[in-house]
Amino acid sequence: WPLLIINVAFLWGTSAPETVVPSSVPQPKDDFQEELVIRPLHSGDIYASFQFRTLWDTDFMRENKVSHYRLFPKSLGQVISKFSVRELHISFTQGYWRTMQWGQPFIPSPPGAELWVWFQDSVTDVDATWKELTNVLSGIFCASLNFIDSTNTVQPSASFKPLGIGNVTDHSFLRYATLPREIVCTENLTPWKKLLPCGSKAGLAVLLKSEKLFHSSFHSQAVHIRSVCQDWQCKTTSWELRQTVNSVFDLHNSGQAKREWSLFKMFSRTLTEACPLASSSKLYIDITDNPQGEQFELSPATSLLSQAVVLGDRRTFSVYDLTQETTFGSVRSLNLLIRWKSNEGEMLRPLLHAERYVAGYGLQTGEIHTLMYNNHPYRSFPVLLLDSVPWYLRLYIHTLSVTSKGKDNKPSYIHYEPSKDRVKPHLLEMLIQLPPNSVTEVTVQFERALLKWTEYPPDPNHGFYVGSSVISSLVPSTVAMDTNSTRERPLFSSFFPCKEESSYFVRIYTEPLLVNLPTPDFSMPYNVICLTCTVVAVGYGSLYNLLTRSFQIEEPNPGLAKRIANVIRKMRGVPPL
Amino acid sequence: MLALLMLNILAYMTPNPDKTQIIIHLLSVISQNSAGQFFSSGHTNNWAVLVCTSRFWFNYRHVANTLSVYRSVKRLGIPDSHIVLMLADDMACNHRNPKPATVFSHKNMELNVYGDDVEVDYRGYEVTVENFLRVLTGRLPPSTPRSKRLLSDDRSNILIYLTGHGGNGFLKFQDSEEISNVELADAFEQMWQKRRYNELLFIIDTCQGASMYERFYSPNIMALASSQVGEDSLSHQPDLAIGVHLMDRYTFYMLEFLEDIHPASKTNMNDLFKVCPKSQCVSTPGHRTDLFLRDPGSVLITDFFGSVRKVELTMDAINLTDPIKQMEENPVNGEEQKEVYSYADQLPVSEIIHQKPKQKDWHPPDGFILGLWTLILLVFFKTYGIKHLKHIF
Repeated sequence: WPLLIINVAFLWGTSAPETVVPSSVPQPKDDFQEELVIRPLHSGDIYASFQFRTLWDTDFMRENKVSHYRLFPKSLGQVISKFSVRELHISFTQGYWRTMQWGQPFIPSPPGAELWVWFQDSVTDVDATWKELTNVLSGIFCASLNFIDSTNTVQPSASFKPLGIGNVTDHSFLRYATLPREIVCTENLTPWKKLLPCGSKAGLAVLLKSEKLFHSSFHSQAVHIRSVCQDWQCKTTSWELRQTVNSVFDLHNSGQAKREWSLFKMFSRTLTEACPLASSSKLYIDITDNPQGEQFELSPATSLLSQAVVLGDRRTFSVYDLTQETTFGSVRSLNLLIRWKSNEGEMLRPLLHAERYVAGYGLQTGEIHTLMYNNHPYRSFPVLLLDSVPWYLRLYIHTLSVTSKGKDNKPSYIHYEPSKDRVKPHLLEMLIQLPPNSVTEVTVQFERALLKWTEYPPDPNHGFYVGSSVISSLVPSTVAMDTNSTRERPLFSSFFPCKEESSYFVRIYTEPLLVNLPTPDFSMPYNVICLTCTVVAVGYGSLYNLLTRSFQIEEPNPGLAKRIANVIRKMRGVPPL
Repeated sequence: MLALLMLNILAYMTPNPDKTQIIIHLLSVISQNSAGQFFSSGHTNNWAVLVCTSRFWFNYRHVANTLSVYRSVKRLGIPDSHIVLMLADDMACNHRNPKPATVFSHKNMELNVYGDDVEVDYRGYEVTVENFLRVLTGRLPPSTPRSKRLLSDDRSNILIYLTGHGGNGFLKFQDSEEISNVELADAFEQMWQKRRYNELLFIIDTCQGASMYERFYSPNIMALASSQVGEDSLSHQPDLAIGVHLMDRYTFYMLEFLEDIHPASKTNMNDLFKVCPKSQCVSTPGHRTDLFLRDPGSVLITDFFGSVRKVELTMDAINLTDPIKQMEENPVNGEEQKEVYSYADQLPVSEIIHQKPKQKDWHPPDGFILGLWTLILLVFFKTYGIKHLKHIF
C-alpha cells in the first residue's frame, strides 16, 4: 500500500502546473572553505586542526526575515536573528592544552564548555536573552548548557573584546560563562557535524570519526560566529561562521612506538574528494623544522609550498589542494604518510605560559596560586588576567598579592566584583606587566563555604570545579605580523585580527581547579529518624505501659483429677478446690 | 498487487489530463478496504522516552541497556526528534573506558551500541526525578528546546524504558533520590487526562521491577518488567578488558529479540512477553495487560518500537495560494557608503588603564539599616519623651 501512495505522488507531481518565478534579484553570496593543518610536535605527538568557514553576505538584523539558507546552517541563523547576537563563541574541550610540550594552539580553548556572546545594542534585557540563548544552544549541541545561570556567568570589563567588526565596546552586552565539568562525546560531535554544508559525507569532515577523535590527548570542537570585512576597504560586512576541531594524537596511545603518522592512523579514514560545495579545500603540513627533508619525509610528495606568519613565527607548509584531481593520484584516495628519520631538533620555547594550583590544607581555607611565565629574554609585555571564582570559595581580596622576581608588581588596572551567595561569582580582572624572563605569581586566599544539603550534586566527594583563568596578552613577535586583514590567507592565520606588526594577540587558559568542599554525611537524616523513633518507642512506650497497664492474676489450668473433683463438688453444691 | 500493476499500466498508457481522473476513481474503490486496516491501531506517530538513572562507572550496564533500546528504536524508524534519551552518566567518553566513544553490549565487542550518530537529550546531572516527570507531563519552562520535550498528542504511541537500581516500589535516580510507583502512576494519569498518549508501553529493567507497574490505573498502558517483587534482576556477563558487567540479562535477550525485527515484521506482543524465560534470566519477567484495551496478540512490536507512518488519503481538492514572490531588494548599490568598519583592538592597554569603573546607581539603604535606625529613634523618644520632638524638627 505504500507503493500506491508513491504512485499517486508521482502522478500528481508530473501533472501539476509549474510556476516559474524569475529571480531578478541575485541571491546573497555565500562561500565555504575548509582546511586541515597538521603540525608534528616534538614529543612525537601530532596536532591536527580543522577549520571550516562559511561566509555569508546577508543581514540578519533586518526586518524581513532571512528565509533561504544555502550553506549557512538554518539553526544558527535563526539563533542569531532571534537573540540579536553580534558574536558567538562556543567551544567544547576534552583534555588540557599542554603549552610547554605542544606550543601554542591555533584556536585556544579551556577544558569543558565555554560560551561567550556579544549582543547587539538593541537588546534591552541582556540577562533574560542570555538565559534563553543558553537553553536553545543546549538543545542544538546536546550539551547541558542550561546549567549556565547567574552563578557562573560574568561580565568581563576589559577581556574578550569582540573578534569581529565593531567600534562599540560597551561591556554590558558581553556575557562569559564556562562549565569546566562538561563532558564532550559523540553526542556533541553529531549535531556539530550536521551544521557543515557537506555534513560528514564529503570533504575533510569524513575524517572526523569519534572513535579516533576521542581517543586523543586533547580534543576541542568550537563554533565561532562573527562579522568580518568583505574586502580591504571594509565598507560592507558579511557573517562568518567558523567551525574548528583541534586534536592532539598521542604517539603511544595509537599503537606502535615507531614514529610514523598517516591519515589512516590518525583518523581511520583517508580522503577521497573535496566537499563539492567548497570553494577551497586544502591540507597543510608544517614543514618548517624540516626544510631539506632531513627530519621526516612526506609521501605522496607535493610541490606546492606556502608560507604564513602565524603565532609570531614564519612557518612553511606543504600544501595539498583537494580540489585538484591529481592530488588523489591513481588510487583516488589520499593517505598522507609522514615518516620520521631522525629525532633531533628542539622546540621553540613558548613565550608565555601559565599554571594554576590550589595550595593549603584542610577543608576550611586554601590559597589559589597563578603563575605566569614570560620567557622572552629582554622584552616585557602586558597581560590581562581574568579570574572567575564560584561564590562558595570566599576570596579574601585583601590577601591578593602579585609578585615578580620576588618584588611586588602592582597591576595597572584592577577590576573586582565581589560575589553574592547563590547569585553571582567573583570576578577579578587585572592588567599586569610581566618583566622579561621572569615568573609572576598571583596569590589569593579563600575560605570554603558550607552549602545547603540540597545544593550538593549527586557525587559531592568528587569535588567542585573552578573554571580556568583566561590570560589575554599581546606577545612580541619575532617576525613582522601581517596587518592587512583581507588578503587571501590560510584560515588558521586569520582568526585573531592583527592591529600592529610587532606583536600578536594570544589567549591562554590555565588548568581548572578541583576543590573539595566540606561534605556532610548524607545518611544523617535517616540515622536521626531511626534513632529518634527508637528512643520514642522504647522510652515513651515503656512509660505509657507502666502507667496505664493493669495486672490481673490468672489461675493456672488445673490438672485432670482436680477438674473431675471440681465437677463432683459442683454437683454436691460444695465450693471448688 | 494485480490491481497495482494494472494501475501502473493504465498510468503510462493514457494521456495526461485523463490520467488523474482515472487514478482517483480506482484509488477510491481500492482504498475503502484498506482504510480500515490503516487505522486499526489508532496511532499516527511514535515517541520513545529512554532513561538510564544510574551514575558511576560500575553502572556501565545500565547505560548499555538504554543505548541498545535506543539503537533498536532508531533502526526501526523512530527519528531522533521523537526520542528523549536521558543518560545519567557518560560511559563512552569516561576516562576509565579503554575504548573511548564506544559502549558495547557483549564482550565479543562486535556491536557498538553507542554508534556514530547519537543524540542524548538529558545527560549527567540533568537526569532527575523532576525533569523526568516534567518531560512526561509536558510542564517544562518555556525556553526548553524542542529536542528536550515530549511533544506527543492523543494519537501517539509512547515507549517508556527505565533502567537502573530499584527496589520494592521505587527506582533510584543517580544515587541521591527516588521515584515511587505511586508518583509514576499519577504522572501517567496526568498524561491520560491531558490526552498525551494513545497507547503506552512501559518497560522496566531493575531489581523488583514488577512493583513499579502495580499502581498504574490509567487505561491503555501495557507494562513489562524484568523481575517480580522479591527478585533481583541480574547482569549478563563481565568483560575483563573493560572491567565491568556490560549488560543486564533481560535487556540483552530483548536486544537479541529486537535485532530480528524489521519495520515490516508482524511479530506481536505475546512474543515479547516470552523473551527471557527463567532459565535464561534467573528472575521471572512479568507483564501487565489488564489496562490495555486491545488484545496483546494483535499489538505489533512495531506499534511501539518502530515508526510506521500512516498516511490519510483525502479526495478533496485544495486550492493553493499564489506562489511566493521575491521581495524587492532595496537598491543598496547606488547609496552612499556610510562608514568604514574596522576590527576592535584586542588588548588596548592605554584604554583599559584609563577605564574608570562605572558609578553604581545610588540605592536606598538596606532594610536592616533602616530598621535599626528606626528602632534607635523610637527608643530615644520613648525614654526621653515626645516633648523633645519639637526640638528636632
